[in-house]
Amino acid sequence: MNKTTYQKAWFFVLPVVALVAFNALIPLMTVVNYSVQETFGDNVFFWEGVKWFEDVLNSERFHASLLRQLMFTGIILAIEIPLGVAIALTMPKKGPWVSVCLVFMAMPLLIPWNVVGAMWNIFALPDIGLLGHAINGMGIEYNFTRQPFAAWFTTVLMDVWHWTSLVVLLAYAGLRSIPEDYYQAAKIDGAKPWAVFLHIQLPKMKRVLTIAILLRFMDSFMIYTEPFVLTGGGPGNSTTFLSIDLVKVALGQFDLGPAAAMSLIYFLIVLLVCWVFYTLMMKDEDQ
Amino acid sequence: MSKITLKNLRHSYLSNPQSDDDWALKEMSVEWSDGGAYALLGPSGCGKTTLLNIISGLLTPTEGEVWFGDVEVSHLPADKRNIAQVFQFPVVYDTMTVYNNLAFPLRNRDVNESEIDWKVREIAAMLDLSDTLKKRASGLTADGKQKISLGRGLVRADVNAILFDEPLTVIDPHLKWILRSKLKELHQQIGNTMIYVTHDQTEALTFADQVVVMQEGEVVQIGTPVELFERPQHTFVGHFIGSPGMNVLACELDQGRPVYGGSAVETTGTVAVEDPSARLEIGIRPEFISFADQGIAVSVEKVSDAGRVNIVETRHGDDIIKLLVPDGGHVPSENAFLKFDPDHTQVYANAWMVS
Amino acid sequence: MKKISAVPIIYILFLMLPIYWLVNMSFKTTNEILGTFSLWPQEFTVANYVKIFTDSTWYTGYFNSLTYVGLNTVISVSVALPAAYAFSRFRFLGDKHLFFWLLTNRMAPPAVFALPFFQLYSAIELFDTPLAVALAHCLFNIPLAVWILEGFMSGVPKELDETAYVDGYPFWRFFIRIFLPTIAAGIGVACFFAFMFSWVELLLAKTLTSVAAKPIAATMTRTASTAGYELGLLAAAGTLTIIPGAFVIYFVRNYIAKGFALGRV
Repeated sequence: MNKTTYQKAWFFVLPVVALVAFNALIPLMTVVNYSVQETFGDNVFFWEGVKWFEDVLNSERFHASLLRQLMFTGIILAIEIPLGVAIALTMPKKGPWVSVCLVFMAMPLLIPWNVVGAMWNIFALPDIGLLGHAINGMGIEYNFTRQPFAAWFTTVLMDVWHWTSLVVLLAYAGLRSIPEDYYQAAKIDGAKPWAVFLHIQLPKMKRVLTIAILLRFMDSFMIYTEPFVLTGGGPGNSTTFLSIDLVKVALGQFDLGPAAAMSLIYFLIVLLVCWVFYTLMMKDEDQ
Repeated sequence: MSKITLKNLRHSYLSNPQSDDDWALKEMSVEWSDGGAYALLGPSGCGKTTLLNIISGLLTPTEGEVWFGDVEVSHLPADKRNIAQVFQFPVVYDTMTVYNNLAFPLRNRDVNESEIDWKVREIAAMLDLSDTLKKRASGLTADGKQKISLGRGLVRADVNAILFDEPLTVIDPHLKWILRSKLKELHQQIGNTMIYVTHDQTEALTFADQVVVMQEGEVVQIGTPVELFERPQHTFVGHFIGSPGMNVLACELDQGRPVYGGSAVETTGTVAVEDPSARLEIGIRPEFISFADQGIAVSVEKVSDAGRVNIVETRHGDDIIKLLVPDGGHVPSENAFLKFDPDHTQVYANAWMVS
Repeated sequence: MKKISAVPIIYILFLMLPIYWLVNMSFKTTNEILGTFSLWPQEFTVANYVKIFTDSTWYTGYFNSLTYVGLNTVISVSVALPAAYAFSRFRFLGDKHLFFWLLTNRMAPPAVFALPFFQLYSAIELFDTPLAVALAHCLFNIPLAVWILEGFMSGVPKELDETAYVDGYPFWRFFIRIFLPTIAAGIGVACFFAFMFSWVELLLAKTLTSVAAKPIAATMTRTASTAGYELGLLAAAGTLTIIPGAFVIYFVRNYIAKGFALGRV
């Protein structure tokens, strides 16, 4: 669309800028401020330079939680994206079932995150939970509060349960926007279902899938509440992801400096990945 | 290649059609000979796309049969019918090159690569696409994409018919003419049966040898462009084809001869209408009316210049009668008399022509 | 009705299982939960729900949650409307950078902001009020609302604005009387997502409240940790938090697909 240049449009965005800046810039300045200082309470601060950043980047604890975070995000992306697309492909195209499917599938998205954690806790407990009871009933020993593997399995399953619907809804919307003519032409051209998927559906879903991957990357990278309520980061530190570790450092130990430095590094990683991804996507679209 | 026969075809999108209005396509039987160029002409929603989809196999008709030559194909799926179709909005496979787009239908049918290559290059040359074979299809303009859609039909050796569903809708006006001539040229070159759906009379009349005019799910006339113009079987055809359309005037019958506005109108013979309550009308095209010293008394209301002719609007009672007068011809200023050409004046009962 | 493939049905069953288990638990007595394993309540009881509706620490939690979610939705969408209009219609100094900067806030991990938020809102004496949570949630909800609304507004031809000016409409009257009704679906979608993300977020909501404005979800966490193992009560409270979301989805179900179709979430 042709836009007119109109500098007074700034007045339209002023309330938004003011509110977001208030919420983003002041806390961010606080974090930056802490990240270069040391305090022993009573508002007494000492200049520390980049010491905290060096400490965090060299600490094995940070490496471990970053690695866990990357593994977790990688696993859930590898499951949720293909699964979501597969489910979207089998959804009915019209009729009363569409609303039924949409309403039920969207439900997990609207449950408060700690309730999701609590619900899965109850669901997966080995003695009183349906899932835990069933798995143990099959003769497999399963207790997510004691076995790291079981804890991972439960956390991943919970995330798949929680967020696959978002991918389904996005992919479904992308599929619905493909004109019927494409399917008809493919039929006449004698295309097999696999070819239809590869040459019509997948290319047309590219945009929404990019958004789905970005959103799932961002949100899974920031995940805190659900695993915190489910496993508390344990057993041991086996499910301590970045956010959980950060809150432990900041609020648990009140190590403001390292926590702030860690926050900034963390934020920069998310920004960097999103930026790279975004640029690649735009470049591809220009071709 | 073979002739296409539609036998007692009827279609409804409802599972349990009750009244006449529930049928998107009312009963019809049509025969199209091999290698002809046909147009399906009618306003939006008249059922022409439904009919086209039944022929291509994208829809299964509720009743009736579709025959290609000696084979009944009513229940065959689209890919088994050897039909090609070009849609209103260009369909290309975005991720493929132009070459791969054209090769796609052949690869799906397991044709060997050397034959594909030969065929693709032949068709690309025919459609002036040779220079763009290596480009991504998504980068082409709308007319280029439509050519690809067409090309995907042409590469197949076994095609029974090529169907067009308003293929020029998204093409720029100055390219429409070029693409239309290209189609005509291709038809003469390869001799496939082509069926062309449109709501534009110019496209239909210039493309087709035979035009099928449809209205509200019904075929109202099949004929050559000249027949449609000179002897419309239905007042709808008279209205829809020609610019301005045919004058349709309520009349009475007196011993088999029409009477309009109190005076007898000359025609080429007498007509007999059995149903006494039928709505009677005479139809006469503006091209076949002229001013005269006596005849039907009218007042001249408006003259508009349409290039080589003037369109004159006259009034008789509540009726508006239009006629064409050649540029420079005399137009009376106020009151005048009209003469209808007896050879081209038809009588219609309940909108259908009686002879 | 047309036949439906088995895959979505299996998937929906999978989604419903944990929810069923939660609801199942909420109707059991504590003894039954801890003592036996049963697929449905043997001694059906609504005592857990009665307790929630009669104990003020519980039901005020609901009230608090709904208050800040509602406040946040109203604030986010109403300030996002003019901004989205500016982004969709005008070019101005720094517009693209501003838009990108807004979106980066959607990427900020709430954990990063928890502590500074606590200090910030304590300093301006809003700590432990619903308004504090509502304002804090603006951090990610305003960028989202601007993004969604901008998408819908770009779909409205500029000729609509021009026609209105030619007809002599003052700008604000045009905006409220003509433009807003045109993008009603977009406003619906924006409200839905603002509601959704404010309703499900807890880290900031918990950090910014202590007693007076405590959200329901936080009350649950406290119960789980301090009052021992009152699983039935926990399950009942959890079940009740699902209900507002289910209502909202039901009302906007036709808009959701449309909002997603624009690729704006």
